[in-house]
Amino acid sequence: MLPFNNGFASPLWHNGPIPGGLYNFPGHNGPASQPKKDYGVQRASQPITTGTSVVGLKFDGGVVIAADNLVSYGSMARFQDVQRVFNINNKTVVGAGGDFADFQCIKRYIDQKIIDDMCYADEYEMKPKSLYNWLTRILYTKRSKFEPLWVDIVVGGVEDGVPFLGHVDLRGRSYQDDVIATGFGKHLALPLLRERTETGKPIGRDEAIALVKKCMEVLFYRDCRASPNFTISVCTKEKAEILGPFKVSQNWELAKSVEGY
Amino acid sequence: MSSIGTGYDLSASQFSPDGKVFQVNYAAKAVEKSGTVVGIRGKDCVVLAVEKIITSPLYEENAASRIYTVDKNIGLVLSGLLADGIKLLSIAREEATNYRMQFDRTIPLKILNERLSAYIHAYTLYSAVRPFGAAVILASWDEVNGAQLYKIEPSGSSFGYFGCASGKAKQQAKTELEKLDLKNMSTEEVVKNAGRIIYQVHDELKDKEFKLELSMVGKEVDGLHRIEPSIWYEMAIEAGNAAKKEDDSDNEV
Repeated sequence: MLPFNNGFASPLWHNGPIPGGLYNFPGHNGPASQPKKDYGVQRASQPITTGTSVVGLKFDGGVVIAADNLVSYGSMARFQDVQRVFNINNKTVVGAGGDFADFQCIKRYIDQKIIDDMCYADEYEMKPKSLYNWLTRILYTKRSKFEPLWVDIVVGGVEDGVPFLGHVDLRGRSYQDDVIATGFGKHLALPLLRERTETGKPIGRDEAIALVKKCMEVLFYRDCRASPNFTISVCTKEKAEILGPFKVSQNWELAKSVEGY
Repeated sequence: MSSIGTGYDLSASQFSPDGKVFQVNYAAKAVEKSGTVVGIRGKDCVVLAVEKIITSPLYEENAASRIYTVDKNIGLVLSGLLADGIKLLSIAREEATNYRMQFDRTIPLKILNERLSAYIHAYTLYSAVRPFGAAVILASWDEVNGAQLYKIEPSGSSFGYFGCASGKAKQQAKTELEKLDLKNMSTEEVVKNAGRIIYQVHDELKDKEFKLELSMVGKEVDGLHRIEPSIWYEMAIEAGNAAKKEDDSDNEV
């Protein structure tokens, strides 16, 4: 079981001068008590290996989250078979965008938390809202230390029979909505999804999956960091399941009609 | 123990002239006083069962339980001093966590057993500490290694078993276990035998009340360690009560 102050917490005072370190006490030889000549430490200030958009949608009785299977290294399509949607348990799912290494780090802590919960043997499980809230705290703490975990996480699931969909980002900002997309999906997928949700009619499971698949197709065509292979996670009251991998059926006939480049 | 009071039992770091470390023997004695616990390894499951002696009716039903979960598919049962055992439990959980953080998979029971044994053994080496007055039984099941069962004594020595017992009626339970063909036993039979043995070895004259505690890990429970899973637990109690009734009617004749 992890101690209370796990890897995300650290001493209250660090990276600064030692208390009294800036003052020359009489009888104490000079140089030893001089402040050190380096000015703090440097940390990664940008993501390295990244996943692109994650798309999430609430439907009648559940939630669907989709992401493609690509983890890029800059503009290079470096890792082409990496699943970015995960079932945490049978009522909670997450999708990860942003720095994938940072997400893997968080994922390890979530997995251990699930096991810690099992050890209590009280039949309680992590629910989507709890995970969502916990993530905001972790991410906000890290950003407050000027070492943010560069992630964009979509949390979904079903809590007490009600679908839940939320988004947490690298600063610990968070919001809940019926439709959520990260990265390029914010520009390209959200309008497509909203077009449907704003009709106000209930969306069925199959329709939701079809909608999200359409979004992944559009994203593949227009987002240069997207891949045609993607995975979908569907969470209903009964269970959480991973569907796929699917492949966008590509049609580049339209390329002939593009002019003026 | 004729050598008690000769002064060689005051420290865990001193041998007696006839080659014993008395502190370790005393720890074993503490285990012998505790309620009986058994671990039974079947074809694709391990069942842990405890005769939890209820020393006062004022306790809640689930007070002072002796079976715990260490990891998804690892169960641990304690006999001896409960407080000592709980410390070992937290060490076991810590080892399991550290292993997962390093290697991103569940700790193999063989490794957990080695690490916990080493820890327990270290407490038999120095005068500043005393040995743990508890024995632990570890159980796990997974697709690759199948069912596994280990027992660690207060001395830190440990072995893998098909069936093992500890506590008051250790001998009696072992005799019962030896009669069984454990290697090929189905989960249902293992559970029933576990219930039966605990009910049979319970001494109604010396200890009045007891509660059967039972846990299992194996194929039939999705490879998870589950404490008192309802259907199986009832099955064990039923088998226990049936065995007790049979014993009673034998006595009447």
